[in-house]
Amino acid sequence: MMHQDRSRPARTGRIRASLLPLAAAFATLLTTANLAVAEVAGGTVKIGVINDQAGPLSDLAGPGSVAAARLAIEDFQKLSPSVKVELVTADHQNKPDIGAQIVRRWYDAEAVDAVFDVGNSAVALAVQSIAKERGKLVVYSAVGTVDITGKQCSPTGLAWLHDNYNLVSGPIRKLKSQGLDPWFFIAADYAFGRNMVQESQAMLASAGGRTAGSVFHPLGNADYGSFLLQAQASGAKVVAFANAGEQLVSAMKQWNEFGMGAAGQTPVALLMFLTDVHSMGLQIAQGLTTMTAWYWDLNDDTRAFAKRFFGMRGTMPTAPQAAVYSAILHYLKAVAATGSDDTATVLAKMRATPVDDFYAPGATLRADNKLVHDFYLVQAKKPAELDRPWAYYKVVETVKPADAYRPLSESECPLVVARPK
Amino acid sequence: MADIASTDAPAAGLSVREIDDGTERLHRILMIGIAVALVIAPFVTYPVFVMKVMCFALFALAFNLLLGFGGLLSFGQAAYFGMASYVCAYAAKFWGLSPELAILSGTAVATLIGLVFGALAIRRQGIYFAMITLALAQMAFFFSLQTPGFTGGEDGIQAVPRGRLFGLIDIADDRALYWLVAAIFMGGLLLIYRIIHSPFGQVCTAIRDNEPRAISLGYRTNRYKLVVFVLSAALAGLAGATKAIVFQLASLTDVHWSMSGEVVLMTLVGGLGTIFGPIAGALVIVSMQNFLASLGSWVLVVQGVIFVVCVLTFREGIVGIIAKWSKRPL
Repeated sequence: MMHQDRSRPARTGRIRASLLPLAAAFATLLTTANLAVAEVAGGTVKIGVINDQAGPLSDLAGPGSVAAARLAIEDFQKLSPSVKVELVTADHQNKPDIGAQIVRRWYDAEAVDAVFDVGNSAVALAVQSIAKERGKLVVYSAVGTVDITGKQCSPTGLAWLHDNYNLVSGPIRKLKSQGLDPWFFIAADYAFGRNMVQESQAMLASAGGRTAGSVFHPLGNADYGSFLLQAQASGAKVVAFANAGEQLVSAMKQWNEFGMGAAGQTPVALLMFLTDVHSMGLQIAQGLTTMTAWYWDLNDDTRAFAKRFFGMRGTMPTAPQAAVYSAILHYLKAVAATGSDDTATVLAKMRATPVDDFYAPGATLRADNKLVHDFYLVQAKKPAELDRPWAYYKVVETVKPADAYRPLSESECPLVVARPK
Repeated sequence: MADIASTDAPAAGLSVREIDDGTERLHRILMIGIAVALVIAPFVTYPVFVMKVMCFALFALAFNLLLGFGGLLSFGQAAYFGMASYVCAYAAKFWGLSPELAILSGTAVATLIGLVFGALAIRRQGIYFAMITLALAQMAFFFSLQTPGFTGGEDGIQAVPRGRLFGLIDIADDRALYWLVAAIFMGGLLLIYRIIHSPFGQVCTAIRDNEPRAISLGYRTNRYKLVVFVLSAALAGLAGATKAIVFQLASLTDVHWSMSGEVVLMTLVGGLGTIFGPIAGALVIVSMQNFLASLGSWVLVVQGVIFVVCVLTFREGIVGIIAKWSKRPL
């Protein structure tokens, strides 16, 4: 035995020596592969998209956001086929209690790792406190209230699109600098309208501008004649609408009937989405200026995404829908990179990595959990200028974050205040 | 109920008294059955869901007390439900009241509003009564929308602390809170059962069936109607306040007229004028909202179809039709 074995060690040694790096490589591969799956609870990353699927917000987010989520998952699977992703969706019907209950169940009983979209301020604030309590991630797209990253900010609640501050700051700063001043406000008489006007007037004052007047109309008003005449008589150069949907459409129809565009006043919609322009038509919307975080016809990358999206939905993506895509892809990439679905780990990675997609290239999260990206001041084209379907906007100006965001020094978010400056 | 007993008693060959004993036993068994189901429920299903069903069931029970046993169709129940939930949320969040006091203050405010609204509304009957309650409830909605300092406008009052029950028991955990809600629900159910079967409840039923006759018998019907109205408002308030603690929020949904409509729907689907019907109705409607949420826009369609089917095929509601088949008032 001993004798026979004598020659062997050398040979085995050689084989071992040549196999060792290979085995090691294989082992490393195995462990990293294991790592990627093992630390993700249940082996699957589960994400939830919750929004208004049938009500007034369903056009701008709704089923389109779910389609955007599917595209994000599809693109992610191309990058990391080994990580399993599951998508669940729900309709909160714009009711905070229904939204809160669904999200609670998702986090507690269905092992959902992160929730996206939400898109209604009241529901978002309800979801915020649940996510904070459970230590789970939630990423908002079209949530207007500034409280979500202000007074009620949370370590696990991220804002990917805009808030009311962003929406009013761009038009005011840019148009004021073009000499368009004073402003007149026509707003819906409830908290949203009042907040928008209050924010606008404060910003206008700090930019050295003047408010020529403001009127508040009842919710669901149909006749804007007297308000428009007041706006005309006020001598304001800009008339800003702080109402949305059907009310904006009626007001703009009457704006055109009164021939107010010809009189040299600029109409501004403080909150408007591409689908709103589509449903009112350029005949009515022409000249309307607004602020958007994203527009599908910006460059080749955005157009490529828009084309895929159009194939699925038959409409072009709105900014909130693109934001859902971007947020989900960024989240999943962080999960794949850290091999974990633990909120703190993934969140740290999401913070450390700039966003890399067509939505907000190079954008990063700041201390109050708002994604910092460019905005665009856009204007609805004249009907004759429309060269392709859905290309409703012309980009007037790119608004840099410095002009669009509330400075962190003014933030009411405890996460920012607690941090030593 | 009363007419089922009177028409079926001879057919079954039983005296009225014997039916009453049998019915009482049956009701006792059903109450115990519900209590046992509530004990088991949190272990087999998601407790927050059961708590929501209980809140809405109590709300529907309160509405059923008013319509099914008092004959008063109010379209403004959301006012008491919603205002109680705002007051409870506000008291718990900004005054730091413990949950039981917050719920009680919500209920007290709902009772007061019920007293004022009721005193105005019971002066008219039928459709006029319904319209007055709806108009007053819309005023409550408008008030909630226009006082952001108190109600938070369309954002509502969020992140309401659940606090410690009696300053001692921590109810932040769903399981702990569950027992509180279950106790409130069972208490409300037993109270309503007692009210219906009290001499007061019998007079209310008499007024519902024939008001001029009740007047001719010497009853001051307006007082009875006002009391049953206030009781219903108070119990609706109790349900709303409890809901605010469960979901840790109070929002415009709770005062919106569609909430008044929803409670009518629950009561009709479950069985108007039955004792247990509203519970079944609340279970069906809340389950639909809950489990069909992923269907998106189809939720409303499904809800509508079920309502149409219910009205066309069994107008007595789920429990009503069971009561009819089994010839037992439920």
